[in-house]
Amino acid sequence: MLSIMKRKTVFSFSAIIGIFLSACSSWQTDPQTTVNPKSDMAYLIQDVYVLVSWLALIVFVVIMFAIVYISWKFRERPGVEAQQFHGDTRLEIIWTLIPILIVVTIFIPTANAIPKMKSDPPANALQIDVVGKQWWFEFKYPELNITTANEIHIPVNTPVAFNLESTDVIHAFWIPQLGGKVDMVPGHSNKMWFTPTEARKEAYLGQCTEFCGTSHANMLFRVFVDEQDDFNQWVNDQQSVAIPAQSELAKQGEALLLNNVAFISENGSAVGCVTCHKIEGTTAMGMLAPNLTHIASRSTIAAGVFENNKENLIKWISNPSKMKPGVSERTGGMPMYENYLSEEQIESIVAYLMELQ
Amino acid sequence: MTTALPLAVKEETNSGIWSWLTTVDHKKIGTMYGVSGVVFFIIAGFEALLIRTQLAVPNGTIIDADTYNQLFTMHALMMIFLGVMPMGAAFFNWLVPLMIGARDVAFPRLNAFSFWTFLSGALLLTSSWIFGDAPDVGWFAYAPLTEKAYTVGQAMDFYAVGLLLLGVASTVASLNFVVTIINMRAPGMSWFRMPVFVWMIFVVAWLLILSLPVLTIGLVQIYFDRNFDTNFFNPMGGGDPLLWQHLFWIFGHPEVYVLILPSMGIVSEVLPTFSRKPIFGYSAIVFAGLSIAVLGFAVWSHHMFTTGLGPVPSIVFSASTMAIGVPTGVKIFNWLATMWGGSIRFNSASMFSIGFLALFTIGGISGVMHASPPIDTQQQDTYFIVAHIHYVLFGGAVFGIFSGFYYWWPKFFGRFLDEKLGQIHFWLFFIGMNLTFFPMHFLGVQGMPRRIYRYDADLGWETWNIVATLGSYLLGVGMLVFLYAVWKAYKSEPDAPDNPWDAPTLEWATSSPPPEHDFDVVPVVEARDPLWYDRDNNITREKTKDEHIHLPPPSYYPLLISIGLLVGGIGMLTTLMISALGVLLVFYAIWGWVLEPTS
Repeated sequence: MLSIMKRKTVFSFSAIIGIFLSACSSWQTDPQTTVNPKSDMAYLIQDVYVLVSWLALIVFVVIMFAIVYISWKFRERPGVEAQQFHGDTRLEIIWTLIPILIVVTIFIPTANAIPKMKSDPPANALQIDVVGKQWWFEFKYPELNITTANEIHIPVNTPVAFNLESTDVIHAFWIPQLGGKVDMVPGHSNKMWFTPTEARKEAYLGQCTEFCGTSHANMLFRVFVDEQDDFNQWVNDQQSVAIPAQSELAKQGEALLLNNVAFISENGSAVGCVTCHKIEGTTAMGMLAPNLTHIASRSTIAAGVFENNKENLIKWISNPSKMKPGVSERTGGMPMYENYLSEEQIESIVAYLMELQ
Repeated sequence: MTTALPLAVKEETNSGIWSWLTTVDHKKIGTMYGVSGVVFFIIAGFEALLIRTQLAVPNGTIIDADTYNQLFTMHALMMIFLGVMPMGAAFFNWLVPLMIGARDVAFPRLNAFSFWTFLSGALLLTSSWIFGDAPDVGWFAYAPLTEKAYTVGQAMDFYAVGLLLLGVASTVASLNFVVTIINMRAPGMSWFRMPVFVWMIFVVAWLLILSLPVLTIGLVQIYFDRNFDTNFFNPMGGGDPLLWQHLFWIFGHPEVYVLILPSMGIVSEVLPTFSRKPIFGYSAIVFAGLSIAVLGFAVWSHHMFTTGLGPVPSIVFSASTMAIGVPTGVKIFNWLATMWGGSIRFNSASMFSIGFLALFTIGGISGVMHASPPIDTQQQDTYFIVAHIHYVLFGGAVFGIFSGFYYWWPKFFGRFLDEKLGQIHFWLFFIGMNLTFFPMHFLGVQGMPRRIYRYDADLGWETWNIVATLGSYLLGVGMLVFLYAVWKAYKSEPDAPDNPWDAPTLEWATSSPPPEHDFDVVPVVEARDPLWYDRDNNITREKTKDEHIHLPPPSYYPLLISIGLLVGGIGMLTTLMISALGVLLVFYAIWGWVLEPTS
């Protein structure tokens, strides 16, 4: 009986570890995985993580086994009396030392990694200023004079230094495969840097991880790690000013978009696109909302939530709060332009935006 | 079966609604804490089921973003302040006087005041749902999201005023129990003969006394920022949002131990009884509890590893946090050693306690993992942390509480909870809990952030989310089984003997349920496990009754002061004129209280 129980116990523990390990391998390939590092900082974290995970697994197995074993071995049986003892100093010293030993084993690599994580970036690092806003990220490359939103390109094997700020509430900046998260606290300026080690076509996924209001779940961003040449190309494209509208429809849209007083809200203020948005090379000089100079070059809209295509842009301009709850003209967000413009007008604006490569 | 002699007080005050409203009996107050705690636990659990239903599949559409944010905020607030804390209070109200051989707490009327003020705060906070303005900024309520500019309406005022009232209730109760434990122990009940449960409550009371004032300051500052245009947390006006985080977590981390320590106490009573042997390493368990409490005040910034702390504070708070793993480990080893060599009887009470051991251990292990800031930057605000806190608070605190319910129900009400239903309840909770929360570790590793009302498909999060949701429904079914067991016990005839489990502590020396005066004779304590000492030395306690048992008369002034505070709180949400009315009521009731004859 006892041996069957033991075998069952061993079997269920192996099953648990089996599930655990097979789950481990699939985690590696998940798009937002935290355990497939692709930068020096992410590797630094991973080294501590792996060590601690193994220790955790060992402690887990030992204690769980002890609970099951003791419960079984000392279950109530006729004729067996409980042994009466109150303690054992030697044993208690031993099992005070065991957790101390485990904790010290974890603490040493931790204390080693922290100064590296918090070190200053190298002088040749590419500087990127990030500002968190409800609910999107603004990115500026001060040395390259590029401003964009929710999507960045960085060159592989070059250190990148982020300056993290917020103009409203607290957000957090996190690209799991490229490093740990750092909060964006209004009134503070936090730093973060890493050197990406692998260029690839698919984006590295990033997400706001500090609860920041209604659409916290809809505050995503993407990071493309490019080969140096591709990156240079991207920089060139981004530095150019917007081209004038080409197609007939786009020309109508351009005129409409740049005319700030075309639409007036109920309370008499102008709610034209250019009040908030900027398009380099035109009269659109707004500073509050995402820079649209090269909007067509981005893969997503609405902070990484929707694919950047004609249908989604029309939906977004018509009624943004339907796609992203909480966006409201009342609190300074994007208005519902279906209240101000006809479908044809919105389509013309979208035609223009889609030309802004 | 009742061995206690007839009650010494007037019979007519002993039943009916008026007797509950005016009672100063620690047992009745304990029952009221328990009933409200369970009710709020059920409401908060229902909120959790809605959350899990929304998250079952990607892009869930059952609940909109704002409602979801209210649900997870209120789920946490209600579970912590209105569910687990009052259920813990139910146990310490019932048990501390009985366990130390006292006839009541040191300040019976103040004890009633604590309960009514708790209920006032609880109702005020919960009523925010009725007004459609429930807090939606997380239970941690990080500034400046809580400022008027970002949270319009009154959700945050409900939060601030509600928690202020709850804080008053907890502070007063804590002082009351500290004084009770210091002064009211029966002859021979020295400090190191006190049951571990009483020690843990002593520690909890000190944690609350020292940490709640910090929260109170923060809450007043939020209220002032929102209503009187101060700038404590507003960076535009020179304030600092991080100030709130420090204040909140200096309270918030000790609060975690406030939630878990009563359950550790319960487990420390249940395991020896059902292993049929004394607790192993009594002093080590007590000192481990004390050191957890002391260290608990030195770790708050581990909630803030990602806020841009410098390297030195990161290392220091990492070290202090890991250090808490040591006394926690010692406790777990001592509980295991308590079972070792025993003759363990498996029933609902002991199974919930052993379940506590397993599940709390898992929560402890994951806790040590993110004590390391590098790892924490990958785990913080992901589902890994959600898994961690639920292993500690559900697998830990709540399992301990249910263990206590099955263990002490016969003592409290003279009736057993159905054993078969209890075991079904245990397995539903144990399996449901692991199905719900273990996959959340995986989701965290897969990069799923917490507090999101929707997530994209194709991120690899579908499988474990659906498993977690199914698990949560098992928990709901488990709770229904428990309620059925309670109903069944309520309908049954009282049949519990004084000491059905052959337990060692004093509460089992009196009748089940105990008489209003707790003990006919104030017991004299000869050893740490007094009833086992009696048993082993063939001592029979005398069944005579002390003469001149003095019990405080019922009073409605505690309720009146609490109503005054509630009216004052309502005024803080509406117009200060109403607050003035509340203050007048408070002063009137204090006046009446002072002049009320107490014998």
